[in-house]
Amino acid sequence: MPAVSKGDGMRGLAVFISDIRNCKSKEAEIKRINKELANIRSKFKGDKALDGYSKKKYVCKLLFIFLLGHDIDFGHMEAVNLLSSNRYTEKQIGYLFISVLVNSNSELIRLINNAIKNDLASRNPTFMGLALHCIANVGSREMAEAFAGEIPKILVAGDTMDSVKQSAALCLLRLYRTSPDFVPMGDWTSRVVHLLNDQHLGVVTAATSLITTLAQKNPEEFKTSVSLAVSRLSRIVTSASTDLQDYTYYFVPAPWLSVKLLRLLQCYPPPDAAVRGRLTECLETILNKAQEPPKSKKVQHSNAKNAVLFEAISLIIHHDSEPNLLVRACNQLGQFLQHRETNLRYLALESMCTLASSEFSHEAVKTHIETVINALKTERDVSVRQRAVDLLYAMCDRSNAQQIVAEMLNYLETADYSIREEIVLKVAILAEKYAVDYTWYVDTILNLIRIAGDYVSEEVWYRVIQIVINRDDVQGYAAKTVFEALQAPACHENLVKVGGYILGEFGNLIAGDPRSSPLIQFNLLHSKFHLCSVPTRALLLSTYIKFVNLFPEIKTTIQDVLRSDSQLKNADVELQQRAVEYLRLSTIASTDILATVLEEMPPFPERESSILAKLKKKKGPGTVTDLEDIKKERNSDMNGGTESTPVNASTASTPSPSADLLGLGAAPVTSSAPPPSSTGSLLVDVFSDSASVVAPLAPGSEDNFARFVCKNNGVLFENQLLQIGLKSEFRQNLGRMFIFYGNKTSTQFLNFTPTLICSDELKSNILDLTEPLDMQIAVYALITVCQMHK
Amino acid sequence: MIKFFLMVNKQGQTRLSRYYEHVEIPKRTMLEAEVIKNCLSRSKEQCSFIEYKDFKLVYRQYAALFIVVGINETENEMAVYELIHNFVEVLDRYFSRVSELDVSFSVLPRIHLSFFVFLFLTACSIVWQTFKIMFNLDRVHIILDEMVLNGCIVETNKNRILAPLLVLDKMAES
Repeated sequence: MPAVSKGDGMRGLAVFISDIRNCKSKEAEIKRINKELANIRSKFKGDKALDGYSKKKYVCKLLFIFLLGHDIDFGHMEAVNLLSSNRYTEKQIGYLFISVLVNSNSELIRLINNAIKNDLASRNPTFMGLALHCIANVGSREMAEAFAGEIPKILVAGDTMDSVKQSAALCLLRLYRTSPDFVPMGDWTSRVVHLLNDQHLGVVTAATSLITTLAQKNPEEFKTSVSLAVSRLSRIVTSASTDLQDYTYYFVPAPWLSVKLLRLLQCYPPPDAAVRGRLTECLETILNKAQEPPKSKKVQHSNAKNAVLFEAISLIIHHDSEPNLLVRACNQLGQFLQHRETNLRYLALESMCTLASSEFSHEAVKTHIETVINALKTERDVSVRQRAVDLLYAMCDRSNAQQIVAEMLNYLETADYSIREEIVLKVAILAEKYAVDYTWYVDTILNLIRIAGDYVSEEVWYRVIQIVINRDDVQGYAAKTVFEALQAPACHENLVKVGGYILGEFGNLIAGDPRSSPLIQFNLLHSKFHLCSVPTRALLLSTYIKFVNLFPEIKTTIQDVLRSDSQLKNADVELQQRAVEYLRLSTIASTDILATVLEEMPPFPERESSILAKLKKKKGPGTVTDLEDIKKERNSDMNGGTESTPVNASTASTPSPSADLLGLGAAPVTSSAPPPSSTGSLLVDVFSDSASVVAPLAPGSEDNFARFVCKNNGVLFENQLLQIGLKSEFRQNLGRMFIFYGNKTSTQFLNFTPTLICSDELKSNILDLTEPLDMQIAVYALITVCQMHK
Repeated sequence: MIKFFLMVNKQGQTRLSRYYEHVEIPKRTMLEAEVIKNCLSRSKEQCSFIEYKDFKLVYRQYAALFIVVGINETENEMAVYELIHNFVEVLDRYFSRVSELDVSFSVLPRIHLSFFVFLFLTACSIVWQTFKIMFNLDRVHIILDEMVLNGCIVETNKNRILAPLLVLDKMAES
């Protein structure tokens, strides 16, 4: 070995680096780099073979250049050559280069895999360690294919060194993540669980990470890890600070390992009696420690302690079964809400959000409402304010709804633009859900439109109109409020839309008052007409024709407006058509016909609030808010629509939702498409007869059901978990129906059984009912029906 | 899991970057620039966790150097925050040894670093530290690899992390 430098100093590299640092400008730096690249290129292409040291030096330089941000397109071959050298340092640079500069060149992949295979088989722990690191960091599919069988064996073999075991565990994790099909569960799984008992805490840490991911997909296999994890955790937590010497960080025993173990426990439901006792003790110890005076003034000590504390609180919330632990957790978080450090306030607000949805601690959370409102007003960090808003939303219930909505509206006036839409949706949902007095609801929504009109999406104002129409008591109030609101000099277009619609329907309720006589109402609306966009104008035109019906005295005024050229010859087709048709309608129709055509809107059918759906879509699936909404849907009685579904609302995908998914209890509806060749009985009778035949329809599917009078195929029922479709075909006296059950969640249904309920007379008509096939995505059942006679 | 680990200085130059998920090269520079912009614009009273796109950033400032770690929702933020500090302590332990062993780098007067906090309070010593980090980037990578593997925290014990490196150095000397 040429002994030019001291050991592995790589003088050349040091010189190169100082050159780069001394470059005054970007151009000089690029020039220097290009010069070096040319040099390296020529050396690599040169005739005489480079010795190991030089190769290593040049590869290292290439790596450095890459890290500066320049793309490297050569040198991979040389790096691969370094892999096969026997010196640790050269091998190491080779592996470093490969793992940082991953490329998909197939030739090299084979060579790399070969080198790795040799290293793994070499039984030299350092080489094995390097090879495993490389696989873990690169983890491509080809590697997975090649090594997925080997690695579990290395992991559980008795004679592997601890450091190699660590790397092997995480390597396996990586391969499992990228190519789960190549990693089959085998008898190594039980041995992996035993790694949790290992002496070496590093191995335990690695094994915990591995088991956490594997357990999410195969919970049954790793069930035994729960008790082991609990015992390990309690040993760590109760250990004196001198026990775990090296792993104690600022007087906190093994914080990272504790956090990992607690996360592993969150993959499973609460364990049974004996283990649960130990776990509760453990959690209480952690909570107690948080109350004790700190052992060290350093911020690191409290940070580490709090990391463990927050994770423990997540676990308590996840299990949701020990009321006193929940209350204690809540109190602890309450203390953090007013802590000096912003980090802690942020994390406390976040954890409290999940706590608020648990029934045991909901009351405890509500006691902190003043603090949260204060935070909302005074925090300087926008992400902390955002968490405060989320928490207010989560802790809202009937008792504090008005206060919370008022605060949120206040906040909305000064909120960041990017989060306004979400807040608007939340306020709308809360206002609707907890409105005891609907006048308050109408006021809130109109306020919303006034403050943040641009961010009020369509679903929100559709909903307010639906509610106003469905409820007689609030119609007059709504008309009056809207009228007053429209008188403001500058009002948002959404307000004009809402106002136009409501006045069109219920303007007659306030026409008695001279301040809101029909002509004044019309002039008010018409004054905004030219300021609005096309859809709003279309809506206003419809309002005008409704006015013709409601207030015959201003009919001529309205007709003049409709007759004007700007309407009849309007560039937009929709407006033109409406103007022409309404004008005609108003001239030729008699009052009776006009009254029938423009009758008051019938109440809207109750269906799932589309606002909730929109909020969920915005937040993305599987977030905390989403689950809260599911829980809230479970508890809400107002929001007609979907039946409550007993979904296991945990963040990780624990054992799949219970089999009684539909919660309807009863079976999916027997849909008998009316026999096309029925004589005598009217179509109407078929439906009126249905009381005795059919199990209660899920609300929301009546219109779907009615659709089948004319169609053979379509969607029969849909909620966010399940979609049921029907396809039927009929020939002569035989009919066949396919019922498709589509799984809309990402978890698998277990024990899904549809049951067919029908009355006796129809039962005899069923020829054949096939068992549903067991599929993950969709299941279908086949019913063959025969119409016997008639 | 940890998505990436960056060490960036105030001017926006990346001193160290490690990605645990594949990200294209041009995207990396963009990501780093945006991330550092987010971190620089924060004040002292704001918390160290930023929500960025669909994951979180945990950052910690040491004089002119920012260490930023991107994590997804499966990691505990506080734990990662302390991991950053642990990493910096390990570097300190290692490089104070290097400055004693390696004479050729003793251009600046050697500072005996007995307290870690003391180190980062003095600006000139942070320049010294980045200087050392740049010259021994491979070592820093090795240390990081010992601590974080495939986006998971694997080893936090300083002695165990530094053990292979010390063996390496000893081999190199002999």
